[in-house]
Amino acid sequence: MGAVAGYVRNITEAVSSIFEGMAVTASHFVRRPYTVQYPDRMPVRVQDTLPFRYRGILEVDMEICTGCLACERACPIDCIVIVVDKDPQTKQMLLSQFDIDIAKCMFCGLCSEPCPTGAIHHTTEFEGADFSLESLIRRFITEPVIAYKPKKGPETDPRIAPILNRGMRYLEEFAQAGSDKPTDGQEPADEPA
Amino acid sequence: MERLINNLIASGALGKSPPHELVAALVIFALSAVVFLGVAFPFAGIVSWVERRVWARIQSRIGPNRVGPNGFLQWLADGVKHVCKEDIIPDEADARLFKLAPYLVILAFVLPWAVMPFSSDLILADMNVGILYMTAITALTVVGVLMAGWASNDKWSLIGGIRSAAQIVSYEIPAGLAIFPIVLMTGTLSMQGIIKAQGWAPIDWFLFANPFSFIAANIMFISLLAEGNRTPFDLPEAESELVAGFATEYSGMRYLFFFMAEWGNLFILGAIITTLFLGGWQFPPVTDNRVVMNLLQLATFNVKVLSLVFVSMWIRGTLPRVRIDQLMTLCWKYFVPISFVSIIGTAVWVAIFPNGAPLVQWGMFGLGVAVAVVFLQRVVYYVRRSHMQLYFRPTI
Repeated sequence: MGAVAGYVRNITEAVSSIFEGMAVTASHFVRRPYTVQYPDRMPVRVQDTLPFRYRGILEVDMEICTGCLACERACPIDCIVIVVDKDPQTKQMLLSQFDIDIAKCMFCGLCSEPCPTGAIHHTTEFEGADFSLESLIRRFITEPVIAYKPKKGPETDPRIAPILNRGMRYLEEFAQAGSDKPTDGQEPADEPA
Repeated sequence: MERLINNLIASGALGKSPPHELVAALVIFALSAVVFLGVAFPFAGIVSWVERRVWARIQSRIGPNRVGPNGFLQWLADGVKHVCKEDIIPDEADARLFKLAPYLVILAFVLPWAVMPFSSDLILADMNVGILYMTAITALTVVGVLMAGWASNDKWSLIGGIRSAAQIVSYEIPAGLAIFPIVLMTGTLSMQGIIKAQGWAPIDWFLFANPFSFIAANIMFISLLAEGNRTPFDLPEAESELVAGFATEYSGMRYLFFFMAEWGNLFILGAIITTLFLGGWQFPPVTDNRVVMNLLQLATFNVKVLSLVFVSMWIRGTLPRVRIDQLMTLCWKYFVPISFVSIIGTAVWVAIFPNGAPLVQWGMFGLGVAVAVVFLQRVVYYVRRSHMQLYFRPTI
C-alpha cells in the first residue's frame, strides 16, 4: 500500500510543483527587466549619475596649478611627469609639461590629496578604452603656461574663481584626512530602497 | 497542379516536348522548395528569436533587441554568420556519415509538413495513416543524431548521441500509446479525420472528451518535448557536461541544421497536439465563402500551434534539466503505465458512451477553466509579492 501511496504522491508533487513554478515564471512576464542598456540607450549618462568623489580618470585644471610638484612626488607609480622651469627674464614659474599616463594610473587618489588648490582631481569619466597606449597619456600642456600664484586678499580673477571654488570644494570633500569617514563619527544610515 | 504542368509543357519554356514526368518532378521539387524555404526555415529562425526574448523576460533580461525592429532580424544575422563560418570536419571523423547526419535530422523536420492539416483544404497529402506517418518520421531524428554522435569520433558526441537515442526511443512509446485513445474514439488515423471528429467549441475537443484523453494529452505533450530534446529533457546537448552533445564537432551550416530542426520541431509538436486534442483548424461556420473559411481555419490552427510553442518555451524557461535516471524513471515507471491505463479507460468509456457524454465534457471543461483561474490567482499572488515595477509591453 505504501508503494502505491508513494507513486501517487510523486505524481501530485510533480504536478503541483511544476504548477507553482510556472506561476512564478509567468509573473516575470509582467515585471520590468533589470537590464540597463549601457551605453547607448540610457536615460542619462552614467557619468552624470556618479558622485562628485568618484575616482575616474584624472584631470588637471592648468589655470590653478601652482606647479608645486606635490602630486608627482605623491604618485606611487610615477605616472605623473611635470616639468617646471623658471623664466630667466620674468622670474615666473613656467610649466612646460604636465603628462599623466592613464594606462599606468591605478586611481588611488594620493595625488589629489596633497594638491593645495584642487587642480588635479578625479573626474567621473571612466570610459578610457583606446586603440594604443600612447593615446592614453593625457597631455595637459601644449605650450608653456605660467603657474598659478595665489594672490593676497579676497580678490581673485573672476575667470579663475569658479575653477578655484570647485577645486577647494573637491579638497574639502576628498583630500582632507578622514574625509572618507562620516563626520559625526556615526555609521552612515542605509539608503532607503 | 496537373494544369500547371500542362501549361508549362505547352508554353515551350523547357524546350520542345519535354517528358511529362520530368516536368511534374520539377514542379513538385520547385513547390516543395518554396514551401520549405519560405515557411519551415523562416519559422525555425523566428522561433529562435522569440524563444530568446521569452527566456529573457523570464530571467528579467531583455534579450536580443538590436538587429532590426526589436531584434526581429536577429535570426537572419545568426544564419548569415553560421553560413560564413568555416565548415570543419575532424580528421578522425567518418567524413561521409558526418556530412550526412545533419541532412537526416533536417529531413525528419521537413517531411512531417506533408501531412500538416492547416485547414480543411490546405493539406499536402491527407494520408489515411497521417498521424502514424507523423510519429514515424519524427523518430527519424534519432538516426541522424546517433549518426552525428558516432561519426564525430568524440566522447562527448558519442555520449550525447547515445543518450538521445535512448531518450527518443523510450519516449516514442508513451507518445505512441497516447495516440491510441484518440484512435479508439475516432476510428481513423488520418489527420483530417481526427480533426473532423472534433468541433470548434472547446467542449468538443478531445482534450475534454473524458478524463483519460486529458491524461493522454498531457503525456503526449511531455513525451514530444522529450523527443524534441527540449528542456527539461535536453540531456543530449547538456552543455554543462557534454559541451554540445552530438553537435560538439559540428560548425557552420551543419551545426545550424541541427538547431533549425530543433526549433522547427516545435511547430510539429504543436501541430500534433493541436490535431489530436485541441480541435485542429475547427472554426465555427460563419461564412459560405470557401477561401475565407479556409483562411480563418488556417489562422485558428496557427494560433493554437503557436500558443503551444509558447508554452514549451515557457517550460524551458522554468524547469531545470532532469537527470538521465529521472528521465528514464519518468518514462518507464510513470508514462508507460499511465498511458496504458488511459487506453483501457478510453476503451471502456467508448463502450459505455458511444456518442460521448456531454455532461462529462462540460465538467471537464469547467475543471480546465477552474485550473486556469487558480493558476492566474497564483500568478497575481507572485506578482504582488515581488513588489516589482510592472511592465506589460512585450517589447522594450
